[in-house]
Amino acid sequence: MEKLISEFSFGLFFWQLFIFVGLVLLLKKYAWKPILDTVNERESSIKGALSAAAAAREEMENLQADNQRILKEARAERDTLLKEARTSSNQIVEQAKAEAKKEADKIMQQTQEAIANEKAAALEDLKRQVAGFSLDIAEQVLKSELESESKQKQLVEKLLSDVKLK
Amino acid sequence: MLQLLRRVFFIGLLFGATTVLAKEADAQPTSLKAEIKAYINHHLEDAHDFTLLSYTAKDGHKVHVGIPLPVILWDNGLKIFSSSKLYHGESVAKVGDSYYKLDHGKIYRTDAEGTITFDAEHHATNVAPLDFSITKNVFSILLTALIMFFLFRGLAKSYTENGMIAKGVGRFMEPIILYVRDEIAIPNIGEKHYKRYMSYLLTLFFFIWFLNLLGLTPLGINVTGNIAITFCLALITFIITNVSGNKAYWGHIFWMPGVPTFMKIVLAPVELLGVFIKPFSLMIRLYANISAGHIVLMSLIGLIFIFKNWLGSSLSFALAFAISIIEILVALLQAYIFTVLSALYFGFAVEEHDEH
Repeated sequence: MEKLISEFSFGLFFWQLFIFVGLVLLLKKYAWKPILDTVNERESSIKGALSAAAAAREEMENLQADNQRILKEARAERDTLLKEARTSSNQIVEQAKAEAKKEADKIMQQTQEAIANEKAAALEDLKRQVAGFSLDIAEQVLKSELESESKQKQLVEKLLSDVKLK
Repeated sequence: MLQLLRRVFFIGLLFGATTVLAKEADAQPTSLKAEIKAYINHHLEDAHDFTLLSYTAKDGHKVHVGIPLPVILWDNGLKIFSSSKLYHGESVAKVGDSYYKLDHGKIYRTDAEGTITFDAEHHATNVAPLDFSITKNVFSILLTALIMFFLFRGLAKSYTENGMIAKGVGRFMEPIILYVRDEIAIPNIGEKHYKRYMSYLLTLFFFIWFLNLLGLTPLGINVTGNIAITFCLALITFIITNVSGNKAYWGHIFWMPGVPTFMKIVLAPVELLGVFIKPFSLMIRLYANISAGHIVLMSLIGLIFIFKNWLGSSLSFALAFAISIIEILVALLQAYIFTVLSALYFGFAVEEHDEH
């Protein structure tokens, strides 16, 4: 201990204190502060870049998932559309068929009705003509029968003979 | 070009060997053990000049190779002169009207002949002026501070020039800065408060680490194994801890919640003592670890010259090499421990106790 104290040099202590404190202050200004600032900045920028990359990757994955989903939806929609189109076309064809049949039936019916009408009209006409003919014939017969007084008396006689009083 | 130089210098710091120290041990073969011991002691202490090696010339004259450093004394006015005037305590420096002489790493005012008188306990009785010299350690601290400043400012600049990515040597340092933040500051202090302490913790960690590594180079520097240095660092940790201490922190020291009143009275002095023991342990731990490392390493190198045979010397070399490798680890470990414990103490100071 005594050796240590006798070894102690105040001059050396003074210079060491002076130089060391000066060195700390100088290095703080010209070295440590800029170095640590840069390192911190670099670290935060690396961290930022890494998180940005992770975020970008996530976004990319989301986008891809979205794309997949949209594609799937589109496919499904196409399928349903096709299906709908198919059914609707079938329906239309069916409907057209039905309508055509209906129309045809209607026309047929109308035709039949018309035929029936024509037929009835024709029969009526025929009846009338036959009646006319009959009257004409009857007229002619009567005319010829009742041409003379004798014939008229004969007829009346005959009719009277047919009539028997009871 | 500057960058290349910087890089080369940095690699030199990391992988520097400790071999140069060995060159001068055989100056006086008669008392080799004593010589080595003195050399180690000398190395552990601070010096007024940056000596790389010294040897005895053929004429018996001692030659020191190195750089002289400025000596700054406060002795009735500022006195500045080159340490070459002191010449490792072998000559008397005349500055103005005063004479100074170096003795065991300390400068004393003497007369013209450089007489130093000693008391019974072998302490010099001469006047020792206040010594603010740029010593070897101060020089090393300045060098480390400059390296750190340019290294980390370069790193900060490279971010703006290179789009937030580190370039150059800073690239090696960036993970360590992040480690200090994520593994030392945040777990110990908490997400909320750690930012305030980052400048201190980072500077502390790299300062201790670099100085520890510099101590492993063959330049013979021992800064972090100096008590004044570790005292200063521990003192700063102590001051920051207690200045930032919140109500709960002081409450836990003087009036421990959740225990009986009697225990509160018993615990208060213990806790108060703990406030001082914590930084004290920081100071001693770093000092002792680094000093011990240097002593062991230099002793093993010294052994090479004591054995002077193939088996012993190579064994010593292998051991010294292994210890060097361990010391590189210890250099990092001690910096880590000092920083972690400082962070832990700051954490105690700002911790919010919701449970009480």
